[in-house]
Amino acid sequence: MGGHRRRSVKARILSCVVLALFIVAMAGCSGSSETLILATTTSVHDSGLLEELLPDFEEKENATVQVLAVGTGQALAIGERGDADIILVHAKAREEAFVADGFGKERFDLMYNSFVILGPASDPAGIGGTGSASEAFTRLTAELPDAGSSFVSRGDESGTHSRELSMWEAAGIDPAGDWYRSTGQGMGSTLTVANEFQAYTISDIGTYLSRQEQLDLQVLSGDDPLLFNPYGVIPINPDRHPDVNYDLATKLVEWLTSFETQERISEFGVAEFGQSLFTADSEEWRASNP
Amino acid sequence: MNDIWQGVQEAFSLIFTADGEVMRIVALSLAVSVSALVLSAAVGIPLGIWLAFRRFASRRLAIAFLYTGMGFPPVVVGLVVFLLLSRSGPLGWSGWLYTPKAMVLAQVIIAAPIIAGFTMVAVMAVNRNLRRQARSLGANNLQVTMTMLQEARVGMLVAVLAGFGRILSEVGAVMIVGGNLKGSTQVLTTATVQFTRMGLFERSIAMGMILLTLTFLTSLLWVLLQGGALQES
Repeated sequence: MGGHRRRSVKARILSCVVLALFIVAMAGCSGSSETLILATTTSVHDSGLLEELLPDFEEKENATVQVLAVGTGQALAIGERGDADIILVHAKAREEAFVADGFGKERFDLMYNSFVILGPASDPAGIGGTGSASEAFTRLTAELPDAGSSFVSRGDESGTHSRELSMWEAAGIDPAGDWYRSTGQGMGSTLTVANEFQAYTISDIGTYLSRQEQLDLQVLSGDDPLLFNPYGVIPINPDRHPDVNYDLATKLVEWLTSFETQERISEFGVAEFGQSLFTADSEEWRASNP
Repeated sequence: MNDIWQGVQEAFSLIFTADGEVMRIVALSLAVSVSALVLSAAVGIPLGIWLAFRRFASRRLAIAFLYTGMGFPPVVVGLVVFLLLSRSGPLGWSGWLYTPKAMVLAQVIIAAPIIAGFTMVAVMAVNRNLRRQARSLGANNLQVTMTMLQEARVGMLVAVLAGFGRILSEVGAVMIVGGNLKGSTQVLTTATVQFTRMGLFERSIAMGMILLTLTFLTSLLWVLLQGGALQES
């Protein structure tokens, strides 16, 4: 008699739990609004620009943009596999190869900013004030082994890392030794490591400005065309991957390169940091601002 | 599927041609893991035995703390160690952050409670009659303790193996306090994350295969160590 009551109570509790889980699961499945997968770099994501801009696009198109923030290398690989609908990276040469190989339909200019060479305020290698990036890198190689500081590289084949490597190449140096550290991680982690070691590193200006308060590192580089950092957006080629949402990707490109959005891009960061993180550079923007 | 198979093939070639980068990562992993295991066992086993035998006022509370330590999220341990060792933290002067020392420290904090907990349970499971028996045969305190521990050795070996498994598989804490620096703090697990993020799948598959092999070899060794004791039922 007692056994029966116990069994039915157990059964009731169990079916309540299952029902609850089912309801939660159903609630998780949202309505059928379109989804667009955007693969971009960690530096773009960490700047907060997309969080600022995308909600308006999502509302306008009744869509959801899922942002995959990975290194440039992985973003390009994801684009090649068709695991994203559109990519936004900053590695122009690799982007152009991407389009030439047929993975992307076309590359669109979006915006640009600068890389910066960061280092401790004490600047033991004495690179502050050297306008040229190559000269700075030559000094780093010469001074760092004895200067008690080091250089921290991202070492992850990202856009920033590619740029760092080309700068070593321009200075004719193959960096190696205890003074050259490689984290294999994103900009945020690499900045943390560089800060802890009070070491030199390269960063995009956006990530640096957003982390500036927590870091004891200064911008030591000047203007140098080698530090120019252009961003491009590329919809994935539907001929290559028929499942991609090419129409929505195209709409996103149109929206991002439109005058209104470009204006917002050029204002992004001014309120918080006193300078904009990106300079607008789409074709449409350039046409209106000769 | 082809991609995966190709990755596995390239992984094999990386391992069997003793690729420099891969070997460096394996050597560092073993150095850090074994050091952490030895230290964790040195702390955990005596602690477990002590908790099993000793009766004191707040014993239950101590055991509750131990259980908490066993289940505690390892990545939070990593965060705490990071905050302590950071330049702006109380132990920043040590210079341990982003060195193997920090990784070993974090892993000892993570694994010692696990070893202690399982050791305690193994020792407590030994039949108390054994103690009376040993005494009645004239054994002194030390001999009684050693007899009980002999009986518990299978469980204690499992405790250490569990600790080693935890240490070998740790990613988050080790990434946070070690920094995955190439050539100095990059271990199998953090390298797997990096190579996967970079799309170098043949390398991350190689890491995974080595981790699996290490785990299996360790388990084999453990079964051998447990020897005849495993046959006794």
